[in-house]
Amino acid sequence: MSNATTAHSVVEPSSTSKRIAGFIVILYAVITMVPLAWIFLTSIKSPPDSISYPPKIVFQPTLEGYCNLFTTRTRQTPEYIQSLGPPTSTCDEITRSRNMVIAGPSNYWPRFTNSMVIAFGSTFLAVFLGTLAAYGFSRFRVPLADDLLFFILSTRMMPPIAVAIPIYLMYRELGLSDTALGMILLYTAVNVSLAVWLLKGFIDEIPREYEEAAMIDGYTRLQAFRKVVLPQATTGIAATAIFCLIFAWNEYAFAVLLTSGTAQTAPPFIPTIIGEGGMDWPAVAAGTTIFLVPILVFTILLRKQLLRGITFGAVRK
Amino acid sequence: MAEIRIENLRKQFSDFVAVQDSSFTVEDGEFLALLGPSGCGKTTTLRMIAGLELPTSGKIYLDGEDVTFNRASERDIAFVFQLFALYPHMNVRKNIGFPLLSQGVPKAEIKARVEETARLLQISHILDRSVSGLAGGDRQRVALGRAIVRRPKCFLMDEPLGTLDAEFREVMVHELRELHNRIHATTVYVTHDQHEAMAMADKIAVMNHGVIEQFGTPQEIYNRPASMYVADFIGSPPMNFLKFTSGLQIGARSVSVDGVEIALPEVRQDMAVGELALGVRPEHIRFSDNSALRGSVYGAEYLGTNQIVAVETGKGLLKARVSADRTFRVGETVGLELNSEKLSLFDCASGRAVKSSLYTEARHG
Ligand SMILES: Nc1ncnc2c1ncn2[C@@H]1O[C@H](COP(=O)(O)OP(=O)(O)O)[C@@H](O)[C@H]1O
Ligand SMILES: [Mg+2]
Repeated sequence: MSNATTAHSVVEPSSTSKRIAGFIVILYAVITMVPLAWIFLTSIKSPPDSISYPPKIVFQPTLEGYCNLFTTRTRQTPEYIQSLGPPTSTCDEITRSRNMVIAGPSNYWPRFTNSMVIAFGSTFLAVFLGTLAAYGFSRFRVPLADDLLFFILSTRMMPPIAVAIPIYLMYRELGLSDTALGMILLYTAVNVSLAVWLLKGFIDEIPREYEEAAMIDGYTRLQAFRKVVLPQATTGIAATAIFCLIFAWNEYAFAVLLTSGTAQTAPPFIPTIIGEGGMDWPAVAAGTTIFLVPILVFTILLRKQLLRGITFGAVRK
Repeated sequence: MAEIRIENLRKQFSDFVAVQDSSFTVEDGEFLALLGPSGCGKTTTLRMIAGLELPTSGKIYLDGEDVTFNRASERDIAFVFQLFALYPHMNVRKNIGFPLLSQGVPKAEIKARVEETARLLQISHILDRSVSGLAGGDRQRVALGRAIVRRPKCFLMDEPLGTLDAEFREVMVHELRELHNRIHATTVYVTHDQHEAMAMADKIAVMNHGVIEQFGTPQEIYNRPASMYVADFIGSPPMNFLKFTSGLQIGARSVSVDGVEIALPEVRQDMAVGELALGVRPEHIRFSDNSALRGSVYGAEYLGTNQIVAVETGKGLLKARVSADRTFRVGETVGLELNSEKLSLFDCASGRAVKSSLYTEARHG
């Protein structure tokens, strides 16, 4: 039969409708990618190119933005710069061409590391606690389970920032202000309700007979949970982890309020780059580009689980 | 292998009683079918034996040891679930070997025992397949494999054939019984299908609304039903009831139903005047022109070697299973003769069988 059928459609779509669908998908992808491409291109422009109008499509790419992002520089006289030895790196060379010398590393890298520690730490905690809580709600008779679940959900009903001032005061009292631990706890608290609800849905879908079979076969409940429930909940766990990570990674308001020094994350730091050397848009764009990478990698790594997680109801009977 | 003894087992879910004061013993190597309609408490009973559900009261003994409060993992019982519960993230081999892994059996021995089990069930060729692509029958066999590989004290099976289609079910009924004949494991098998129970079980417990109505061999249950419920649930078509009002004295050998005298096994119980029901299996009715019990033919269902003829009597519709030789016309007047040795008598108020020589003698003999 030339008109092969698939499980999903009885009639093979015509080539015209396929072409139209393909066109729409590509158009949509292009539109969503424009801001990202813009940011990336800006990051490899020189500062004058970055603010020229109309925007330059063709330009001489440079690493200046990245150099400025990772360093602090001081202005020097051309005579002084000439008196120095040959430049030790590309960045050194670029900086000297602007009549400046590198004074030391900028705070971007430590801020980026803070973001990694805080976002991944809180994601791990939220998913870990969420999985256990969701399993408990799903499998045991918890007294007042419905009320508790509603209470957990209700913590997300107002924007978290509404309680910013009390949290700020409490954190100052407790010495948690501007600490990674404080931020991890805060993001975990915000994310755990989402995690419990999402994961409860996934775990409810796993028939309890699986664990019961394992327990009859000589495993303890904890072993059954680890060997039978967890492997089947991986899609749900991956999907939940990505949601939690995205929130913690992008969170701005609490970060501005509660971190200013050692524990500052990347989001509140990036805007401060602008102020350092005039309108240094390439450095800001470079900071943003690098900031996007971890989420991108994490999502690509988990894309299979994520896709299966999203189509969960459709895959299972 | 082991004997399972249940004493006054009861399970209550808040104020709903799912299982009421059940007591029975499954002897070592015996195959018991728990038979009853959906919702009567079969699964709940089985889950209590397995340790997945704690009884509200009562005791469970395995080989004489009180295991009522033991964890499921400590009972050395295997359970075949209604939907098999094969782990989707493991292949067939891993599924079957999983129970051995928990006991710390060495890898080489696991491999050997899994393969031996697979040979027994004739599934050696699918050992390395994923369980998700398996057909119903193979899933069934893998689930059985996971149960027997550990050589547990006993097997519990919850409607294991429920999801298979009718044709295949018959094949599996034979396979299961054959497997039982070979390994002689004490088995409790839950089903709502009387044919499965009759075909496989050494003993049957008929359940209704959480109560065990009768416990006995398939023959006892069929020939001497302890209650109208059992009589009606077993047999297709089920037992016929002829209702009438009368009293009974010990030693009576007949009853009068609307003036027609019907002989029956000697009554061993006095009964005050009340509504009674004469119970007669379709195959214990014969057509006889000079019988005083008369009716008109309502319809006939041809079954090849025999036929089911429905006859409208003054006391309701009676179904008779007779040879297919004779053809009946609808509306034709016929006389019916009941096999007097096989009749049961029930007290309609309680639904229980009235004691008679048919019941008491068989029990002693
Ligand atoms: N966990 C439970 N909570 C409340 N009621 C239950 C529970 N399990 C079973 N039941 C009830 O107990 C009765 C018997 O159930 P079950 O043993 O599954 O019946 P069967 O297996 O004979 O179909 C049903 O009415 C069912 O609704
Ligand atoms: Mg059931």
